[in-house]
Amino acid sequence: MTPMLRAIVLRLGSAALTLLIVSSLIFAALEMLPGGFAQATLGQAATPEAVAAFNKELGLDRPALVRYLEWLGAAAQGDLGVSYAGGSGSARRDIATLISDRLYNTFFLAAYAALLAIPLALALGISAALWRNSWYDRVVNTSTLAAIALPEFFVAYVLIYCLAIKLNLAGALSNVDASTGFFEHLKKATLPALTLTLVILAHIMRMTRASIISLLDSPYVEMARLKGTRPAKIILRHVLPNAWAPIISIIVFDLAYLISGAVVVEVVFVYPGIGQLMVDAVSSRDMPVVQACALIFAVTYVGLNLLADIMTTMTNPQLRYKA
Amino acid sequence: MTRQERAQADPLQRRRIPISGVAGLMVIAAYLVVALFAPLIAPHGEAEIIGQALLPMGEGSLLGTDQLGRDVLSRLIYGARNTIGIAALTTALSFLVGGSLGLLAAVAPTWLELALSRIFDALMAIPYLILALVLLAVFGRNVTALVVILGLIDSTRVYRLARATAFPIVVSNYVTAARIRGESRSWIMFREILPNIIPPLVAEFGLRFSFVFLSISALSFLGVGIQPPTADWGSMVAENKTLIIYGSPAPLLPAAAIALLTVSINFVLDWLVNKAGGKQ
Repeated sequence: MTPMLRAIVLRLGSAALTLLIVSSLIFAALEMLPGGFAQATLGQAATPEAVAAFNKELGLDRPALVRYLEWLGAAAQGDLGVSYAGGSGSARRDIATLISDRLYNTFFLAAYAALLAIPLALALGISAALWRNSWYDRVVNTSTLAAIALPEFFVAYVLIYCLAIKLNLAGALSNVDASTGFFEHLKKATLPALTLTLVILAHIMRMTRASIISLLDSPYVEMARLKGTRPAKIILRHVLPNAWAPIISIIVFDLAYLISGAVVVEVVFVYPGIGQLMVDAVSSRDMPVVQACALIFAVTYVGLNLLADIMTTMTNPQLRYKA
Repeated sequence: MTRQERAQADPLQRRRIPISGVAGLMVIAAYLVVALFAPLIAPHGEAEIIGQALLPMGEGSLLGTDQLGRDVLSRLIYGARNTIGIAALTTALSFLVGGSLGLLAAVAPTWLELALSRIFDALMAIPYLILALVLLAVFGRNVTALVVILGLIDSTRVYRLARATAFPIVVSNYVTAARIRGESRSWIMFREILPNIIPPLVAEFGLRFSFVFLSISALSFLGVGIQPPTADWGSMVAENKTLIIYGSPAPLLPAAAIALLTVSINFVLDWLVNKAGGKQ
């Protein structure tokens, strides 16, 4: 086994273990409900008989470990259980159906924002490194430092106020549904995607600039400079290939951030994504839905971080060949 | 050109504190004054109804009234006190828990250190906001739950830093000497190690505070954080959000109040980090 394959297998095992612990934490949240799930759903006034009947109906009278394994097994097969918001019997909604459309919407938004943000951030980062310590660099640097600290809803409302209300360029709400066509969807998701772009742009840009600048003092760059190579060529041909590893890992990290950053943005724009579903479920304490959403967010997050680590490993030449 | 020459040739680098740092410090000081003396500064009470609902700016009061006829300016001022106070309390809890456990992990037997780190790693594998939402769904929406939940989630980050900075100190000669002297584990943790990891922890405090502050505002905005009638910037944005459709900048005011503080903290931290980096 090459050292790289070994590192990747180890990392896969560690991610699987993390997911196992994470899923048991999410499952345990339900067990910690004060008074139990039945009490929380039926109210304080429920008789002990009603609580017992409720627990029996849902199978909550069985040991927690059994229920955890069942929940995990069903979730792995795409069955996320039923929501309790719709009352009892046939009115209960299947969570997987409830989530699938919204999951598509959230990934649509995240992908849209990523397509806008990544090229722009790379261009800004590389140019800031090229003209470092110039006025351009300083302005870009200070404004991105400020942008990192802005809350998502502030960026969102400023964009709504300026672009949707004052200039009338876009709609203030992103009410899409299953019948919305692709281009209509794209148009309605533009403002939320712009908001998310501004949120992650600064991060990627600063990381790109920093990883390029950290390499500019190395001997091989000095050599290229002494040969008389133009600064732009030094950065694009000599420095950038070695700077990819940290840049890729921050990009993937920010993609993972997009998924949870989307929660606030979806609520602002009334965009029917999975984040908004989760916030609604938290307000109504619809625990099965909260757990299902949390599990999806956690799997995406762990998966993307795993991807970042694997890509960093693969770009490391020391691990690429047998020692 | 050497570093010094470049610095001298450049007017911005010659100045000891950058403009952004000075501005940041002034804004932070102003916020603290407003938060501390809110009842003296605010023209009206936190939940006091002073007139008609939704009066525009300049009518009856400087910034108008909200959807219940309360003075927006007074609520913004009280909001400084509530939002900053709750965020500071949460950050303090985070450092108390995360710092103590991080120190414990540094001196504890290996199995305990491994178990603690594994649990904290798993907690960090769930996105911050998502974990907070799950726990708030379980423990209900009240300020105590909010402070405890966010404090515990945030302590995972403090734990990591405390543990990492304490490790090199654990193997130092003076800690070994204390151990041979027969000092207790808590003496070694708090009297030998803690004083040496205070500087990085203090620097981290500002960053963690601004993170916690943003999270509390986001959760309050989502309606699951600080609850009405407490004046708080995040929920004020949510209460007024529909007004923006009618061209009123009302929800922008509390949102801008949040943004200005976090941007200022980041400017000051950036200056401090650069200063520390320049010394090395």
